[in-house]
This record gives sequence, C-alpha cells and structure tokens, in this order.
Amino acid sequence: MSALPPSPAAPLEALLRRHGHDPSALLQILIEAQDIDGWLPAPTLTQIAAAIKLPRARVEGVAGFYSFLYDRPVGRYRVLFSDNITDRMLGNRALMDALCRKLWVEPDKVSEDGLVSIATTSCTGLCDQGPALLVNGRAIGQLNHRRINEIAELIRQQRPLEQWPTEYFQIDDNIRRRDALLQLDMLPGAALAAAVARGREGWLAEMQASNLRGRGGAGFATAVKWASARNATEVRKVVVCNADEGEPGTFKDRVLLNTCADLVFEGMTLAAWAVGADSGFLYLRGEYRYLRPQLEAVLARRRAAGLLGKGILGEAGFDFDIAIHLGAGAYVCGEETALLESLEGKRGTPRIRPPFPVTHGYLGRPTVVNNVETLAKTCLIALEGGTAFAATGTAQSAGTKLLSISGDCAAPGIYEYPFGVSIARILEDCGASDTQAVQVGGAAGICLAAYEFQRRIAYEDVPTAGAFMIFDGSRDLFEVARAFVHFFAHESCGFCTPCRVGTALLKGFMDKLNDGHGAKADLADIDWLDRLLKNASHCGLGSAAPNPVIDTLQKFRPAYERRLVSLDFEPAFDLDAALAEARQLTARDDPGAHLQTHEEDGR
Amino acid sequence: MKQFLLDGQPVPFEDGQSILEAARQAGHYIPSLCWHKDFPAHGSCKLCIVKAAGRHVSACATPAKEGWEVESATPEMNGERRALLQMLFVEGNHFCPSCEKSGNCELQALGYEYEMLTSRFRHFYPDRPVDASHPDVLLDFNRCIFCELCVRASRDVDGKAVFALTGRGINKHLVVNAESGRLGDTDFSKNDLAARICPVGVILHKGPGFAVPIGERTYDGQTIREQKLKEES
Repeated sequence: MSALPPSPAAPLEALLRRHGHDPSALLQILIEAQDIDGWLPAPTLTQIAAAIKLPRARVEGVAGFYSFLYDRPVGRYRVLFSDNITDRMLGNRALMDALCRKLWVEPDKVSEDGLVSIATTSCTGLCDQGPALLVNGRAIGQLNHRRINEIAELIRQQRPLEQWPTEYFQIDDNIRRRDALLQLDMLPGAALAAAVARGREGWLAEMQASNLRGRGGAGFATAVKWASARNATEVRKVVVCNADEGEPGTFKDRVLLNTCADLVFEGMTLAAWAVGADSGFLYLRGEYRYLRPQLEAVLARRRAAGLLGKGILGEAGFDFDIAIHLGAGAYVCGEETALLESLEGKRGTPRIRPPFPVTHGYLGRPTVVNNVETLAKTCLIALEGGTAFAATGTAQSAGTKLLSISGDCAAPGIYEYPFGVSIARILEDCGASDTQAVQVGGAAGICLAAYEFQRRIAYEDVPTAGAFMIFDGSRDLFEVARAFVHFFAHESCGFCTPCRVGTALLKGFMDKLNDGHGAKADLADIDWLDRLLKNASHCGLGSAAPNPVIDTLQKFRPAYERRLVSLDFEPAFDLDAALAEARQLTARDDPGAHLQTHEEDGR
Repeated sequence: MKQFLLDGQPVPFEDGQSILEAARQAGHYIPSLCWHKDFPAHGSCKLCIVKAAGRHVSACATPAKEGWEVESATPEMNGERRALLQMLFVEGNHFCPSCEKSGNCELQALGYEYEMLTSRFRHFYPDRPVDASHPDVLLDFNRCIFCELCVRASRDVDGKAVFALTGRGINKHLVVNAESGRLGDTDFSKNDLAARICPVGVILHKGPGFAVPIGERTYDGQTIREQKLKEES
C-alpha cells in the first residue's frame, strides 16, 4: 500500500480557521479534513485536537464512530456499493465482484497501487434506480455490467470524476403519483407571507388545527412539539431539519430536497416563526452530500430574497438562518437525540430522555427536530389553512404521505397518497404482481403478508416513514430478514449492552441458519433475543432491530424451518470452514484440502 | 413523603431522585455496573432495568414517580439481567480464574448474584492487545464492559481526559489520549480516580499481584448485594 506523501498543513489550518476553531464543528472539520488526503492520518487528528482544544482521544472517538471517516488509507477512487436488500435483488453483489476482478482488488481492501478500494455501504437511497454505488461521494445508479466495465476503464485510466459521462450522475426523481404536496407550485415566500400575516399565535393555531403529525415515522403531533419549544424559557431556539434519511428503502426526502428544496427551507422558516428560533440546521446524510451545492444555492437565493437573515419579510425581530451540516454514514443519527449529538460534533449516541429536545436540544437550547417531509407539508397549511389540511386523510392521520416504492414492481418511485390508502391499491398502482410480502417502513418497519394487503397506510393501522419494498413470490423472506439484521448490527451505536451485543448475536444466529447449521434451539434463542432487544434497548434502533425477524418468523416460518439441519442442536462451528485460511495460504482448493471430502475418501 | 412501590414494598423518594437511588437508599438492591453515586446516570449497561408502570426503563436514569408500581426482583427481570450479563461475558475475553480482579470484580460478583451458570451465547473472542506501556498501570482491554467510568472519572474529576471510546457497535473500544495509542504516553497517574474506578479488570496496578489472597476479597465473603447496600447506607 503506497502511503500518500504528507500534505502541507496549510489547507487544514485554513479549514480550522473557517470553522472558528469551534469544537462543536468537529464532525464538519473531520469531514473536510478528510478531503485533503482521502483519509485521516493520526497526526491530522492530533493537530485538529490541539487547534480546537479538545482531548485527542475525544477526537479519535468521534472519527471512529462514522462509517465514512477513515483512520487508514482508502483508494483514490473509493467505490461503495449500496447494499440494501433491493440492491441485492438487482444483483449488486455480482456487479461488485465483477468490478473487483477487473481492477484486481479484493472487497474492503485497497489496491496495491492505492488507486481504488471497493466495499459495500448501507442503503444509499437509490432503491428505485439501483443497483447503486457511491464513488468519492457521488452517486451512480442503474448499474449493469456494461456500466461496470466502463467504470473500471475510467478508474484504470485515472480519469477525474468531472470527466466521467454526466449521465452516470443523473439521479431521477421518478415521481409517479402527485397529490397535494407534489402538485403544489408555490412562489418562494408565499407560505411564509401568509403565516407572518397571521402572527405567531395565529400561525401556531393553524398548525394545531391541521393535526399534522411527524412524517419521520413516530407520528408525534408537530404543533405540540412547536408549542413546547416556544414555551421553553431559554431564549435562543433552534430548528433542525432531519434529512438523515437512512432507513433502508426510503428515498422521498432525497426527491424533496432535489426538487422542492424551497418548500423544505420555507417549512423550517415557518417553524422558526412559530417557536421564535433564530438558527436552523439541515442535517444532511453523508450519502446525499452530492445534493449540497444545489441546496447551498437555494439558501443563497432565499437570503438574497429576504426570506432568510435579519428581519425576514420586513418583520422586525424575525431573524433566522439555516446552515447545512453533513452526516458521515451513521443510521443511528436519524434518532433525534443522536442527531443533536452529531450536530454538536460528537459521537452519535442517543441521549437519555427526559429532558427532551424541545427544552434541552442543540447545545442545551430548546430545539425542534422535524422530518424533511413534515416541514414541507407546513407550507400547505400556511397557504390553505389548517382545517383544509385536516380534511384529507383519516381521523388520526391528516393529509398525504409520500411513499418510496421499490422492489418487485413495474414502476418504482415516489407515490403521494392521502392517508388511508390500502396496500392492495398501492400494489396495483405501481404494477406489482405475484406479491408475497411488503416491507413497510424500512428495516425497522413491518413486514406484511398477502392476507394483510387490505390494511391501510395510517398511523392508526400501518405507520411508515415512507419505505415500501415489494417482494414477489420468487423472493426468500429469510434472506430479506437476514439482510436487515446485518444492517442493524452494522449500524448499532454500541452504547447499550442489549443492542451492541444482541444485534451481533442475532446476526450470528441468522448466519448460522444461512450456512446450514441451524437447529430448533436456535429459533428459540432468536425468539428470546428478539424480546430482550425490544424490551431493554436504550433507543428505537435496538428495539426495532428484531422487527424483521419477528415478523418473518411469524408469517414466513417455513423459510426458516427449511434451513434447519437437525431438530435439536447443531454447533455453529464448522471445521472445514476453519481451514479456509490454511487453504488460502497454501493456494490449495482441491478436494483433498477439504475436510469432508477427505473423510469420505477415507471411508 | 412521596413514594412508589418496588415489588410491592413502599419506597420513599425526593423529587428528581431516580428509581435506583431511592431504592438503594431504602435498602433495596437494584443491580448496576455503569452507575456510580458520584456521577450522573449513564444508562448503558442496562442491568438496572426494571418495569415501571408496565414499561421497561433503566432505574438509574428514570426519575421516580409518585404511586408507580415498579417490578425489579421478578423472575422475568432477573432473567433479562442474566442474559445481559451473559452478553457482557461473551463479547469480551473474561478468564476469571487467572484474573487479578477475581473476587473484587463486579461483573463476576453479579454473575454469581444472578446465578449465571453458563455463557449461553457463542463467544466473540475479540482480539484486544493489552497495553503495558505505563510504569505503574496495566490496561487489559479484554475485560472492558464500556461503562465509561474511567472516561468520566478522568474527564470530570481528574481533569485529564485520558480515556475515550471509539469505533461503533460491537467494534466499539477504549482508546487513550495519545497519538501512539499507548497509556505510557499520556499524563495518566496511578493516583488518578480513573485508576481506581474500573468495576472489572481493565485497569490494573503493577507491582505485587494477588496481595489479598483469593477467598478474602470483597465479594468472596459477602454478595455484591450486601456490599453495595452497606456502602451506600
């Protein structure tokens, strides 16, 4: 592995200065510092720690938390294949193997010349146009063998990304069904003007009348959250837009940010007007970093138009601005208190609650954290009034919901429906046939079997953050559950014992079954682990981690049972597999180098 | 005075007091590893898990509430605690018979207290090299349970921040405050609070070992339940 030459310290010092040597900007500093060499050498961490006056160990702790920060060299071309179940169904593994072969590199390793490294990463939010990958943070979808051949050639020629064909980086919105939100054609500032005209109290009253509930999945009443933050005593208040859309199979926030960024930022400003906040953050997941330039451009336009900054719309005392903060590959940061920790430049460990963010959030200030879609929806309420908004949907679920549809269907993409739509209707609309199961709400959500397709999308029936993954009769639901279990084990923050160890144990059990060593006793252990994770975990990640297993064990048990080799007990240890390293060292893979064959020969 | 019911027995509490603090003050033992009376609740080990008003919560991090019914010493909760202990045992490398901390180790003592007879789950056998670079203190990371007591003591009391956690999930691990990664290159001292606070056997003092013979150690003659209630009364 060729070490990169030490780079001059100047760019690092410049970026530290740009961030005002602020320790709460540590994550942003690390992300930008990594751009210098492609990874974070130990001396760089030491220098950053000294400059922002934090203990070095603390800086190392933060750098080690995020998947996209590297403490050892990676390739100059860093290729990450999205590894959601939908990517796997579209053949991402074969494509990754092909690219590895063509470039003479093993997965998770750097090529001898330091040119390229190839690995997998959690869902990148391109499930409707997968298989997908990220190369140095830029997304490429619709991979096939031809495209992989071309990419291999471009990397071999060391062609800079700017010279790659632009159609590679073309990300489609694939909006298939529009309703209230996606039909809205609003001039920037129109919703804000309507809300300002009503006054802060009047605007909050409209929000209360709308019955809007959080679109991130939990479904908390938005107006209640806003009112609590407004009533908090501390003066400096904060509005955060949670754009850490990490739930596998969800990509509606990517589309909203790509085509309706004005609605999202206007929603944040509407929230600021209601609660009296002066600063806002868009927490953008690292996988969507390529959206940042266009988002910054929208923010600049809004500042120039007087929709951000001091005295918004000429209203004295209405001061509010928005900064974009990047994540760096950590699903747990979608949990609002983990997100706040990350925003403060720390490890994304969920906090103990209470206190809740509405009273003690970002840097201890009252903070409203809302999902991208929730904030965009507030524009509708400002324009048309709360009662009009509450008129659509169901009794407990007002308005519409954006669904990210992927998997086995003719037309994957974004579908906007009023709440209350049935699963069967959605399946018909997107051209799904022979559907065996639907995973609603992502890995943490619920797996529905065919007999449940009359159920409805609504908080009171099937709640969802928006993911809707379809599996037809040819799919193995055990494989689906196993992929999600791997995902949770990879994304557990490791704070609490049940989630840290439990997700790793669950992964071990699912792999044991997959390898053909499963027994009935394992199913009992899986059941017990599922319960413990659900009961004892510190945050929603741990308690949701067993969901895919619980559902599929209950509804698709044969998929598990046909993997059991004996009815009682079977050890996980595989003697022949343990010899794999010896075989690799001796470059042997003939029948004589395998234990079972050897024994059979002897007999 | 306000009170709640712990396994049917009334426990008085003051506003803001956690379930665990109030219970221990009243002479009822709720187990813990990451909780320490001189530090804010951490809530990571989850051994203090109880059922309050039907919901699982960490007793150390949940303020007591008037009239609550809290279940703690039930077969269900103790079964979950045993599983959590088994998880802590299999994720590290714990060889009690050869460990200097045997008999003084809270993890071991809780294993006895909750009748943990096997490790139940498969062992992870992680590769965690020891750090013997410091003249007075040895770090054996194999036994770390991530309670962060050393992290907190060093940062909040010693004012040094010698320790921190890095990595994520099952790969989370303890690091020290030096570019070399060696304790000998930090300003750590054997007189620090962080040098005495480890509930297991990660932070060990060099010099004579086994000065107190096995059989005469803290949890050899009495259970951790008796010892902790005595300490805190």
